[in-house]
Amino acid sequence: MGGASVAPLHAGEARHSRAVALSGIRITFTGRGGEQFTAVEGVDLHVADGEFVAIVGPTGCGKSTLLNATAGLLVPSAGTVAIFGEPLSGLNRRAGYLFQAEALFPWKSAVDNVAIGLEVAGTDPGEARARARDWLGRVGLSAFAERYPHQLSGGQRKRVGLAQVLIRDPKILLMDEPFGPLDAQTRQIMGNMLLDLWNAERKAVMFVTHDLEEAIALADRVVIMGAGPASRIIGEWRIGLPRPRDISEIRMEPAFHALHREIWSALRDEVVKGYRQAEEPA
Amino acid sequence: MKRARLLFLQVLVAVVLIAVWHFGSTVKVPAGIVSQKAFYPLDPFFFSTPLAVFQRTWRDFYTGVIWYHLGITLLETALAFVIGAAGGVLVGFWFARKQMLAAVFDPYVKMANALPRVVLAPIFALWLGLGIWSKVALGVTLVFFIVFFNVYQGVKEVSPTVLANARMLGMSERHLMRHVYWPSALTWMFSSLHTAVGFALVGAVVGEYLGSAAGLGYRIHQAEGVFDVTGVFSGMLVLAVFVILIDAVVTAVENRLTVWRPTAAGQS
Ligand SMILES: Nc1ncnc2c1ncn2[C@@H]1O[C@H](COP(=O)(O)OP(=O)(O)OP(=O)(O)O)[C@@H](O)[C@H]1O
Ligand SMILES: [Mg+2]
Repeated sequence: MGGASVAPLHAGEARHSRAVALSGIRITFTGRGGEQFTAVEGVDLHVADGEFVAIVGPTGCGKSTLLNATAGLLVPSAGTVAIFGEPLSGLNRRAGYLFQAEALFPWKSAVDNVAIGLEVAGTDPGEARARARDWLGRVGLSAFAERYPHQLSGGQRKRVGLAQVLIRDPKILLMDEPFGPLDAQTRQIMGNMLLDLWNAERKAVMFVTHDLEEAIALADRVVIMGAGPASRIIGEWRIGLPRPRDISEIRMEPAFHALHREIWSALRDEVVKGYRQAEEPA
Repeated sequence: MKRARLLFLQVLVAVVLIAVWHFGSTVKVPAGIVSQKAFYPLDPFFFSTPLAVFQRTWRDFYTGVIWYHLGITLLETALAFVIGAAGGVLVGFWFARKQMLAAVFDPYVKMANALPRVVLAPIFALWLGLGIWSKVALGVTLVFFIVFFNVYQGVKEVSPTVLANARMLGMSERHLMRHVYWPSALTWMFSSLHTAVGFALVGAVVGEYLGSAAGLGYRIHQAEGVFDVTGVFSGMLVLAVFVILIDAVVTAVENRLTVWRPTAAGQS
C-alpha cells in the first residue's frame, strides 16, 4: 500500500528543509443552520523545500480546502500548519497562490495585474511594470500586456495569474487546478512551461489536480486523497522519473506506465471504498 | 452603416411625432365628419403648435433671457450631483466596511429613502431660503441614496477569490481600498450615473418649480401660471435637449473610466 511508504520518505529530512508541514489537520465547516461538515481529517503532509508535490483526489474531497489552510486563508479546526519550521499565524507570507477560480483584477490590464504584487511591496511603479512585462514574456504573453482579463482566453488568464504570483518570488507555490479548464494540448504546453520555470528556480510546489497522468508527469511526489467527507490522504508515491522532463514525451516511457498502473491499481480500491463510505447514510 | 441607420430611425421618430403634432394643431377636421363643428384634433390652445414652440425657443436664446435660467439650473444640478455623489461614496464605503454601523442604520436608511422628496421641498425652502441651495438640497437627497446603495453594493460584491488573491499578493487594508474596493465600487456607481445625474436635474427643476425666482423649472411654472402653453412646451423642449447633452457627457466620462469592462458585443 502507498500509505506504508509515507514514513521512510521523510525519515532522513532535516526539519528546516520542510517548506510546509501539515500535521493532524482537521477542517470542519459550520453551516448557517449550525450543521457541521468535516471536509478533511487527520491529514499529515510535508513538502520539502524545492519539492514538487501533486495532490490528486476526487472532486469535493478537500484539496482546495487544504491549500487554503496552507495559505493561511483558513484556520484548521485541529492540527498545525508549519512553514519552514515556524507555526503559521495569519496569512502565509512565503506562499504564492494560484486560485482555482478567476482571481485576476478585472479592472487592471495584464501588465498591471502582474505588477501589482511588486507595487504594493514598495517597488517603483515604472520598474514594477518593466519587470511585469518581462514576466509576461516568460509566460508567452508579451503581445497581450495591455489587454484586460475579459479580453484574454481562459488559458491566457491562467498564465497571467502564474506571472502575477511568481513575480513576487514566493518560496512556496500553491496551485489549484491551474490547467483545469484547458484542453489536453494546452495543458501539456502549460505543464512544460511550468516545469521550465520551476527548473530555473526550484520552489516548494503544492499542485492540485484531478488528472493522475498530469500529476505523475509533473511531480516529485504524488499524494492521493480519498473521497470526502472527512477525507484523508490514502497514499503517496515518489516519482523517480528523470528531470528535466517533457510532459508529452514522458507519457510514452515504460517507467511512466508502470507508475501509473501501480498507483491506479492501489488507488482504485481506495477510491471505490471512499465513494461507498460517502454514500452510506451517516 | 449600422450607426447611420440607427440615427436615421431615431430622427424619423422625431419627425413623425412633430408632423402629427403640426398637422393636428394647424389643420382643422372639416365639419360634419366627426362632429357638427370644424375643429383642430390637437387644439392649439392646449397643445400650442411646433412652429410656435420653436419660434419661442429660438427667441429666448436669441435675446439671451434663457441663458441665465439654464445657467442656474445647470449650477444646481452640478452641485447636487457632486455633493450627493461625494456623500454617497463616503458613507457607502464607510457602511460597507463597518458592518455594525450598517446594521444599526439600516432601517433609518430605508425609511429616509422611501420618503417622497417632494414633501421635503417646502422644508428646504424654509431652511435654506428660495435661492439655489434649497434646490441643491433636494437634488442631493435624491442623488445621495442612488450612489450610496450602489457603492455599498459594489464594495460588498467584490469576488471573495479576488479579495483573497489581493491579500495573498501582500495588499494592506489601504491597498485593498485603492486597488480592489474602489474600482469595484466605481463600476457600480457608474452603472447608476445616468440615473444619478437625471435625478440631480429632477431635484433642481422640481425645486425651482415649487418656489424660486430663476431656473428652467421657474420658467415653466411662470408660463403655466398664465396659461402660456407655448412657453411650457418651450421650457420642456429646452429641458429635454439639456438632458440629452448632459447624458452624452456622462456617457463619454463613463467610457473613459471603465475601459476594462466587457462590452455588450464582447469586443472592443
Ligand atoms: N465554506 C464552506 N462551507 C461549507 N462547506 C464547504 C465550504 N468550503 C468547502 N466546503 C465543502 O468542503 C468540501 C471540500 O471542498 P473543496 O473545495 O476543498 O473541494 P476540492 O477537493 O477542491 O474539489 P474540486 O476538485 O471540485 O475543486 C466540499 O464537500 C465542499 O462542499
Ligand atoms: Mg477545488
